[in-house]
Amino acid sequence: MVPVDYYIVLSAILFTLGALGVLIRRNPLIIFMSIELMLNAGNLAFVAFGRSYEIAGQQPFFTGQIFVFFVIAVAAAEVAVGLALIVEIFKTKKNINIDEMNSLKG
Amino acid sequence: MTQTDFYILLPLTVLTVWACVLLLVDLFIPKDRKAITAFLAALGLAVTLGFTLTQIGREGTGFNGMVTLDGFSTFTNVLILVSGLFGIALAYGYIKRMGIDRGEYYTLMLFSIIGMLLMAQAADLIIVFLALELLSIPLYVLAAFARPNLQSEEAGMKYFLLGAFSTGFVVYGTALVFGATGTTSFSGIFTAASNGTPSLLLTIGAALLLVGFGFKVAAVPFHMWTPDVYQGAPSSVTAFMSSGAKIAGFVALLRVFATAFPSISTDMTDILWAMSALTMTVGNFVAISQTNIKRMLAYSSIAHAGYILMAFVSYGNKDVVSISIAAGLFYLMTYMLTNFGAWAVVISLEKAEDKGLELSDYAGLAKKYPALAAAMTVFMLSFIGFPPTLGMVGKFYLFRAAIEGGFIGLAVLGVFTSLISAYYYLRVVVNMYMREGEPVTESEPWLGFTTTVTAVLIVVMSFAPQVLFLLASTAVFKLF
Repeated sequence: MVPVDYYIVLSAILFTLGALGVLIRRNPLIIFMSIELMLNAGNLAFVAFGRSYEIAGQQPFFTGQIFVFFVIAVAAAEVAVGLALIVEIFKTKKNINIDEMNSLKG
Repeated sequence: MTQTDFYILLPLTVLTVWACVLLLVDLFIPKDRKAITAFLAALGLAVTLGFTLTQIGREGTGFNGMVTLDGFSTFTNVLILVSGLFGIALAYGYIKRMGIDRGEYYTLMLFSIIGMLLMAQAADLIIVFLALELLSIPLYVLAAFARPNLQSEEAGMKYFLLGAFSTGFVVYGTALVFGATGTTSFSGIFTAASNGTPSLLLTIGAALLLVGFGFKVAAVPFHMWTPDVYQGAPSSVTAFMSSGAKIAGFVALLRVFATAFPSISTDMTDILWAMSALTMTVGNFVAISQTNIKRMLAYSSIAHAGYILMAFVSYGNKDVVSISIAAGLFYLMTYMLTNFGAWAVVISLEKAEDKGLELSDYAGLAKKYPALAAAMTVFMLSFIGFPPTLGMVGKFYLFRAAIEGGFIGLAVLGVFTSLISAYYYLRVVVNMYMREGEPVTESEPWLGFTTTVTAVLIVVMSFAPQVLFLLASTAVFKLF
């Protein structure tokens, strides 16, 4: 069996990649995908920890799995709002590049 | 679901049902009579406030320890509901005047308030996460509510991207805390963490949660979104967001750290100290160079987050934690009143197409509208912490708590940055009283009402602050 540490290292790598993507990429859609990657890194860690507590026989091990469902549901709600915002901006500006969102500064 | 479970979430349930029904009712209200929606939303908040007030002194936990009801949650629920009522009062005339008079404004606000109420009653990290999202997602939409105004859309976009980014930190932090302790309930984490040495996983998890909440309360170095979002969003949204969301963010920070993580306070104290000091300094110094009043108030709100963070620095010290958290609650209340008052004045002067928002537009206000100028002076003095205002009392309690906790340097920095802040707050007053100008204001009954009520409360309550501080201390008494 694969030890839990491997999953946690993988989830940490995914989380870092996601965070870097948010900071580096300039397209809001890609940034949003990177945020999803961060959330899914959290989900992976949750499931892995939940499973390891289940094997150790500790109750209530299902907290980890339940949390993942909540995260997925909330992420879907966020997608709905996020994509609507992106479409609205595209309708006004015909462009969604983050670097050109500079009407607010100071 | 037993009766106790239901009773503990009674105000929240009432408001949830009300908001869902209002969403449907709003469909049948004609476009030119959206005032009815505003009235119904305010009525819902008032009814919820009534139910919350009946819960004073009651305690308990419900839904298998997922939510809790105690003095602290009741106190913050009242604060949140009152800021919701002020938020509707400010929005009522403003969104009509700006041509964004759509009924879902009020429903979205109610949903956001539901999230804030849930945050105050959370006793488990799952609920904290859900409440955080429930309060944030409607605010993303509200920030972009003035569409197709580009500034508002940009504000919504920036708020959304950085808010979702911070959610990622909260989720991953919660996962690591769960990994370290095997549970997500505050009491479970507390028990698991105080047995044996605190693990590295727990500390990293707590730090990630701090980053997530730091974004929400706009603490430096997670404040970059604040000025843009506060400037771009419709003013009535900004007023509500800067009070309500800040209260909820600090409530989350307090609940999570004070009840679940006391065992790692030695690691966290230095970080919180640095965050508080940085936030006060950066917020106040950058505000000096602002000429747009919305942007200036945004930086002022960052600076005030720094003052409130001061109350958290000593959260691991058993002797002073109650008094400093009570001081933090008191300051949140002070900030809420002053903030709504100041934004009410800003909204009175704002014109369509972002006119009337420069500091120079305030010139000559005192000659033409002496009452409005006097009220604005009260708010500015309260932000500085100048007597006789509630802001002065709030800062006094905060600095006293910091000194009792042994953080004299932080208190000195707080006084010093308050002096700096006097420069930019008083500039508004100087503009109003000593420059010539021809300002035009919109007179709306609810704006006048908010301005008057907050100004009077700020001055009058500063003469008997002990009563309120006693309320705040009683609220946190049972928490520890």
